[in-house]
Amino acid sequence: MTAAVGSASVLGALVVTVCGIAALMRGRHRGPAGWIRSGYAAPVGLFVLVSVAVGALETALVRSDFSIRYVAGNSNLVTPLLFRIVTLWGALEGSILLWQWILALFTLIVALRYRTRYPDVLPSVLSVLLAISAFFLLLMAGPANPFAQLPVPPADGRGLNPLLQNHVLMIIHPPLLYLGYVGFSVPFAFAMGSLFSGHLRDEWMAVTRRWSLAAWTFLTAGLFLGARWSYDVLGWGGYWSWDPVENAAFMPWLVATALIHSTMVQARRGLLRIWSLALVILTFLLTIFGTFLTRSGVLASVHSFTQSLIGPLFLAFLAAAMMVSLGLLAARLPTVRDDGHIDSPLSREAMMVLNNVVLLAMAFTVFLGTVFPLAVEAISGVKVSVGPPFFNRMFVPLGSLLLLLMGLGTIFRWGQPGREEFRRLGLVAAAAAAAAVLLTVLGLREPLITIGIAITVFMALAQLMEYARGVRARRAATGEDPIRALAGLVISNRQRYGGYLIHLGLAVAVVGIIASMSSRVEVERALSAGESFQIAGYTIRYDALIPKPAPDRLVVAAHLAVWVSNGRAMAGTRAGGPAAVVVAPSLNFFPQDRTPVATPAVRSSWREDLYLVLMGVDANGRRVVLNAIVNPLVSWIWTGGAIMVVAGVVASWPSRRS
Amino acid sequence: MKRTRLLLAAAIVGAALIYLIIGGLRGSIVYYVTPSELQAQGQADAGKTIRLGGQVAPGSKQWNPATLELRFVLTDGKHSVLVHHRGAPPDLFTEGQGAIVEGTMGADGAFESRSIIVKHSEEYAPPAPGGQ
Repeated sequence: MTAAVGSASVLGALVVTVCGIAALMRGRHRGPAGWIRSGYAAPVGLFVLVSVAVGALETALVRSDFSIRYVAGNSNLVTPLLFRIVTLWGALEGSILLWQWILALFTLIVALRYRTRYPDVLPSVLSVLLAISAFFLLLMAGPANPFAQLPVPPADGRGLNPLLQNHVLMIIHPPLLYLGYVGFSVPFAFAMGSLFSGHLRDEWMAVTRRWSLAAWTFLTAGLFLGARWSYDVLGWGGYWSWDPVENAAFMPWLVATALIHSTMVQARRGLLRIWSLALVILTFLLTIFGTFLTRSGVLASVHSFTQSLIGPLFLAFLAAAMMVSLGLLAARLPTVRDDGHIDSPLSREAMMVLNNVVLLAMAFTVFLGTVFPLAVEAISGVKVSVGPPFFNRMFVPLGSLLLLLMGLGTIFRWGQPGREEFRRLGLVAAAAAAAAVLLTVLGLREPLITIGIAITVFMALAQLMEYARGVRARRAATGEDPIRALAGLVISNRQRYGGYLIHLGLAVAVVGIIASMSSRVEVERALSAGESFQIAGYTIRYDALIPKPAPDRLVVAAHLAVWVSNGRAMAGTRAGGPAAVVVAPSLNFFPQDRTPVATPAVRSSWREDLYLVLMGVDANGRRVVLNAIVNPLVSWIWTGGAIMVVAGVVASWPSRRS
Repeated sequence: MKRTRLLLAAAIVGAALIYLIIGGLRGSIVYYVTPSELQAQGQADAGKTIRLGGQVAPGSKQWNPATLELRFVLTDGKHSVLVHHRGAPPDLFTEGQGAIVEGTMGADGAFESRSIIVKHSEEYAPPAPGGQ
């Protein structure tokens, strides 16, 4: 019954979508107004029907209806309710349904919000959005059917992948990522819509910028939460491994970052119009490419993805979208003109052009590093992998250059530079140099790290200086107190000051990344009860192994006592010393998987993380193997990410005007 | 004139980037081999970082918690390679299941593993017995 409702809504949504496109196309060519009006109703029908499908799959998951293959394959009777609900995005078919639901929601918002404002381009915009929906609905009606049924329902399901139900971030990480991914469909639809209809004015760009910024913020949150999930669950003490799944989300992020900056140059100076259109298209294509990479099975083996129709269908859709969008762009090329040119190489717009070059170089690097192994395997059958050293070697110089440009771009003003800018540049550069000297005096003897931190300080100070200048000017004008002046400043120009705050958040995160990548200490030990060891100022004693049965798993926790020794208090001489902290890294044994999943224990402070992983327990349970890692400044990465997301929300929050 | 200069600049930046990327790729490609392929190559790969994938032969796992030495045999059904690893077996490591190790082939014919690669996403899978 549930399956029938779900399948019927997917098919109904497909019909509504196709009819909607037909009505809008017909109405666009001077048809009667009724066509357009019924076309505008399509997003409503689409959203209602897809919501019914989501409701049907959720009902089946919550009720553990194992007659549906998706439920049987990804859930079981002991899966807790919360994780049964989020199993909607735990595997392929469900995540495509989630994707489609978000797309339907965004299409509805676009139809309602811009109907009266952009009547000339909206039919084309909605047609593009509905066409994307048609593809995903087709996938679900065919090879990726979330409501496919099993002839004989099993007594119990297989359960969700243990790695996915081992962390609370699993609940929000995928939806945030998809909100980001799907969000870029709207700028794409506006770009395509204005290219189609020939109404190529800059006003569509205001909509595009707002949506891009919002989608970028979701994607940023998704990326940082994914890194955090990896850190908290995978147990290797790292947060980013240049895995293709990570790269798939990082590429559109890089190009979208370039896009947001190029649209600023377009809005301010009337330049980079074609370039911005190309970036909108590229960002969208990369979101589809990323979904293809992660969802088609191509990563496991190039040859395996043809076993299902999903991979080839994605490739066909990608190729069609690429040809239509780039063909349309090429056809309209002669009608798009810039208003003049860049006046000075020492201007904000010049720095933004350079930052676009660097960001695209980064995206290209990630693309090649991700695709190269697939290409080699497809051509020669040899399996190769491109490891983190390649990406790191490329990203250290490119990243340094980008940070430098971020500082310079903030200091220089639009148009021609004045003497005042050079004075500020000198001041900020001198402060950054002083920071480098200070770090060296304090004992940092790694020139590359010192330079990296100095560049980051340079970038951060440039942003702070803009805040200081704005507050000073506002106080001079209004006489407000500093706090109120700062608040007023941000509210008066949220995109500008939100942007500077995003830069500051990135600076904080970059310091964390530099520190944690360059100096981490790792010790692996086998311990019997009562034995202890030391690592980087910590003393760790293994006390007991405690099993805790839970309905869906068996948790085996190693209780450890941890002292921060400050170089004085040692193991065995703890009388009068600081009290021990008890931490318990554990192993989770799930019945559906033969191998356990670790839950590391992390003791985090602003200076460093002590990261403890229970690697294994020997057969009689008397001895445990522990891996201890001391990672400096990791919490800065999460703090920086949080600042970036909050600032992104500030900058992209819809205003009454747009 | 302006357009030529722009194109020239773009060409230089593009060429420099491709030069850097190719140089970087050449230095950090890690070949992925099966025990049979390793056997066929003989000593050609000694000392080069490679990834070796196969099944952990049942009964071959020897783990000494005191010295943290792990030994096991990776097999693809036709050929087998003895693997040395320092450190505990990761969570997802079990006899009879697939595993991928990264490291170098030693002169003594045993594979010195630096890391055992842990499963990352639900789609990721080590090879089935017998190659691809």
